[in-house]
Amino acid sequence: MLAAVDWHILWQRIFHPDHVFVLALWRTIYISVCAQVVGVALGLIAALARMSRIAPLRWLSGLYVLVFRGTPVIVQIFFVYFGANLLFGFTLIPNSVNFGLFTMDGAAFAGIVALGINEGAYMREIIRAGIDSVDKGQMEAARSLGMTYRKAMRRIVLPQATRFIVPPLGNEFNNMMKTSSLVFFIGVTELFGDAEIRYSTTFKPVEYFLAVAFWYLVLTSVWSVIQAQIERKLAVSERGDELSFRERVFEAWAQPTWGRGAR
Amino acid sequence: MGATDVGKGRAVSSNAFVMSAQDVHKRFGRLEVLKGVSLDVSRGEVVCVIGPSGSGKTTFIRCINHLEKIDGGRIEVNGHLIGYRERNGKLVEDTEPSIARQRAEIGMVFQRFNLFPHKTALGNITEAPIQVRGVPKRQATKEGEALLARVGLAEKRDVYPGKLSGGQQQRVAIARALAMKPSLLLFDEVTSALDPEMIGEVLDVMKGLATDFQTTMIVVTHEMGFAREAADRVVMMDDGRIIEEGTPEHFFEEPREERTKQFLSKILI
Repeated sequence: MLAAVDWHILWQRIFHPDHVFVLALWRTIYISVCAQVVGVALGLIAALARMSRIAPLRWLSGLYVLVFRGTPVIVQIFFVYFGANLLFGFTLIPNSVNFGLFTMDGAAFAGIVALGINEGAYMREIIRAGIDSVDKGQMEAARSLGMTYRKAMRRIVLPQATRFIVPPLGNEFNNMMKTSSLVFFIGVTELFGDAEIRYSTTFKPVEYFLAVAFWYLVLTSVWSVIQAQIERKLAVSERGDELSFRERVFEAWAQPTWGRGAR
Repeated sequence: MGATDVGKGRAVSSNAFVMSAQDVHKRFGRLEVLKGVSLDVSRGEVVCVIGPSGSGKTTFIRCINHLEKIDGGRIEVNGHLIGYRERNGKLVEDTEPSIARQRAEIGMVFQRFNLFPHKTALGNITEAPIQVRGVPKRQATKEGEALLARVGLAEKRDVYPGKLSGGQQQRVAIARALAMKPSLLLFDEVTSALDPEMIGEVLDVMKGLATDFQTTMIVVTHEMGFAREAADRVVMMDDGRIIEEGTPEHFFEEPREERTKQFLSKILI
């Protein structure tokens, strides 16, 4: 049975990827990273809204999570890309988005927006739990020194919440890289899309999908290593070594990505 | 230092007191924790608040810097109403920035230290002067170092709280409160979470504040030795009320109330 597999194709896809494939890989990476960044930002805003004294903000935050955790991502992606156009009578997402330095394909942009909004609903819970994990005495101490709620949150509570937020955030990003394959359905040729297109012209599903599975595995494995590094560094910081918090966060994030290979 | 006749001086304007509480009520749900507490504290005075747990003493000092809202009565610090604003004869809660400004004048030291674990000893001390008062970093650092020296921890400048002993952490916490140059310092059972051998070092710092710097302090404590040496006045609370007040000598020699005698006999072994 294995004889039916064209090993040559599999070999080529893994060891000699062409530039079309590399572009697809790059799309998967930047869509995932951008969507995760959007997700964290929205999650933080929603988490703070959830804890606000202003009731409508709390309701809004609740509604956001209810809707975006309660409906399929693929539906949200389609809605952002096609639905809004029909509903509001204007195109929410232009054909291409110009960021000055570079232009982005409109569909990829829509994908980032949809995935990011969806992710924000999950991040809200993670960030809220992180903030809740910081001892209540920290906020009291900060406020007893005359800090306003905002300042105490920004200077005292959020920096400490980071170490509770980072581990689940890493898992979210792992998920994001895989979930980003859904943007193929609005026409973005990322990793999965590339495999799908090649399969449809060659009818060799095993080879192409095995290869794409391999590449997803590479992405998630590399990320696991980075995540482990970050968590190790943050754990060191908890033991109270003599580095400033900013230095520790910088080390945790920056070193494993471009520092290690260089040495 | 002029802990002049405090008495029940009704005629004295409240401005003469650093802290003046009148008929303060506080309840948590159905439970009434403070049932009308009145207390005046003059400049430079050290008042120790004693009493069994659940008597409301911690809640009371938390009301003084508005960490707890009050349900009745009024509290003034330096003649300013705390946490509330008078509008047409009614009290409404103050705005947040205004409450924050008032809190900056009132230092507080907590039972569990509550140092900022992501900042060094010095960073803990300079944080509020820089962020709240806008003191230039260099000046805040200089003052912070002086404060660390005063609490005997000059060499711990760059150490994180996680590496300090409980007693050292509490001394840093006192320095942190002092950095804002508060006109009133509140101590909430600051030695209760400490190992016995560390209590002394913290109390010594507090005694120094009381005698050498004439800091106005309200100290919730079970440390009768401290009360005897440093307090100008002792206040006994029970069941949400102040039931007896007087000099330390009064308390140790001839307490009036039966409840006070009972309580003191339990803690003075």
